[in-house]
Amino acid sequence: MNLSVQIGKLTLQNPVTVASGTFGYGVEYSQLLDLNQLGAVVVKGIRLGPVRGNPTPRTFEVASGLINAIGLQGPGVDGFIKKYWPFLKELKVPTIINIWGTTVEEYAEVAGRFDALGGVGALELNVSCPNIKEGGAQFGTDLRLLAQVVAACRKATSLPLITKMSPNVVSIAPYAKAAEEAGSDALSVTNSFPAMAIDIETRRPRLANVTGGLTGPCIKPIAVKLVWEAAKAVRIPIIGMGGIQSAADALEFIIAGATAVAVGTANFYEPQTALQVIDGISQFMRQHSVQDIRDLVGTVQIKP
Amino acid sequence: MVEQIVQIVSNERDTDLYFRLIARAPRLAPLVQPGQFVHLRIPTLKEALLRRPFSVFQASADTFSILYKTVGKGTDALSRLPAGSEMSAIGPLGRGFTVPPAGGQTPILIAGGYGMAALYLLAQRSPQKGIVFVGGRRRVDILCQDEFRALGWEVRVATEDGSLGEKGLVTQPLLAELNRAATGRKLFACGPTPMLKAVARIAEQFSLPAELSMDEHMCCGIGVCLTCVIPVKTADGWEYQRTCTEGPVFDARHLVF
Repeated sequence: MNLSVQIGKLTLQNPVTVASGTFGYGVEYSQLLDLNQLGAVVVKGIRLGPVRGNPTPRTFEVASGLINAIGLQGPGVDGFIKKYWPFLKELKVPTIINIWGTTVEEYAEVAGRFDALGGVGALELNVSCPNIKEGGAQFGTDLRLLAQVVAACRKATSLPLITKMSPNVVSIAPYAKAAEEAGSDALSVTNSFPAMAIDIETRRPRLANVTGGLTGPCIKPIAVKLVWEAAKAVRIPIIGMGGIQSAADALEFIIAGATAVAVGTANFYEPQTALQVIDGISQFMRQHSVQDIRDLVGTVQIKP
Repeated sequence: MVEQIVQIVSNERDTDLYFRLIARAPRLAPLVQPGQFVHLRIPTLKEALLRRPFSVFQASADTFSILYKTVGKGTDALSRLPAGSEMSAIGPLGRGFTVPPAGGQTPILIAGGYGMAALYLLAQRSPQKGIVFVGGRRRVDILCQDEFRALGWEVRVATEDGSLGEKGLVTQPLLAELNRAATGRKLFACGPTPMLKAVARIAEQFSLPAELSMDEHMCCGIGVCLTCVIPVKTADGWEYQRTCTEGPVFDARHLVF
């Protein structure tokens, strides 16, 4: 039985990864689970320099979901290399580094730095964070800027590039195509959905940032639809994510058209989720006599 | 840090809105250090997905207990779980209190409401006994003072309505005591943020070291989500640090209130 999949030139031993921002830098979870069983470790978004992040409160729990506005707090490229890379580079599974910038040039520079580092599995371009004023979502919701960022990073590195798409567009298809045409090797679908919650007693927003990004099981059906639409538009592989809590959830994304999946918010409350998803996918394949996970990708049956 | 399914041994009302829960956790319990917390997944919560963090009150070789107040849907659901129920716990988590070395500073503990519970293991494991100052709004908010007395500690109570002990805030008897004698003492506090802020000010006023246990909203509890951050002074300004990982206990001099 084959569980391995290709993301550009990167081979994942199985299709289950974790979503950037929900898994720290891997080391935090290393006491609770064997990271080497994952398809890949995906780290929190990194830009050139350190980032302090947004004021608090930064998250708010809602029905079957979570709204966050962390503001991409992080150590910057040098801090990451010094503090986290020595641990990550010893893992047997690839590390996918999520990167961002406030200008096209910064994205390219960060991509170049990680290219030079050696041993990185792939780069995920965060063009879709809803919680920072500059950078992030402005690149993911403008076709011209999106193409520029991807093309600039393509020039700066030979590492596989995965573009993390914004859900906040009228139709994802043209954006998926733009990323593909600019040289992206894969797409991550999707980032969080812009959202808001209000305390009715104080009439103040629940988050200091006023709005945030909604994640968790409540977004899963919307994310599945986006994966299905993106998969029809491009030939490059898609990593599907949004509210995955079980193997059944993951399989839904795969059947919709995702080659791989990422477990996100569930890491916060059930750290074993990704490993349980891997087991559950194998079990499903045995039960349904599926020899190769790739035979399931995009097999949703739509009546003509 | 381990994750394990723990079984509730008992889960009973203490006073008013406060409950005591004892859980059998043979892998987790022996690891607990004073001031650390456990992160519990409350099985009957369906729409609310996140775990809930609780300071450990008492710990034995195979059980730990928590003393909690029902303040929302999570703690309300927890309070309805009968003995025998099982749930997932991750812990012990966070950096706790520094147990004073034998012959070192004399500890003075300051607690607000259920913050008292987080100080118990420190009192139990400290080689020197000292004084616990505990405050609350009313008599029912003063918890587990018998347990501290049983350890040989002196307990001084203050309530805002005067229904138990001295009338007023817990900082009043604390100030009176420090005015009598402050040298060679160290403050340890857990309670509402305004109380911790007052304790930090008093520590500064008397040039005493102080360790404060901060209570912030958390999601993951293990340092990845960056929800529970608070500003902490650094060599060149300040940065957000995680209450769940760098804390919950911080040196009062490093905090920016």
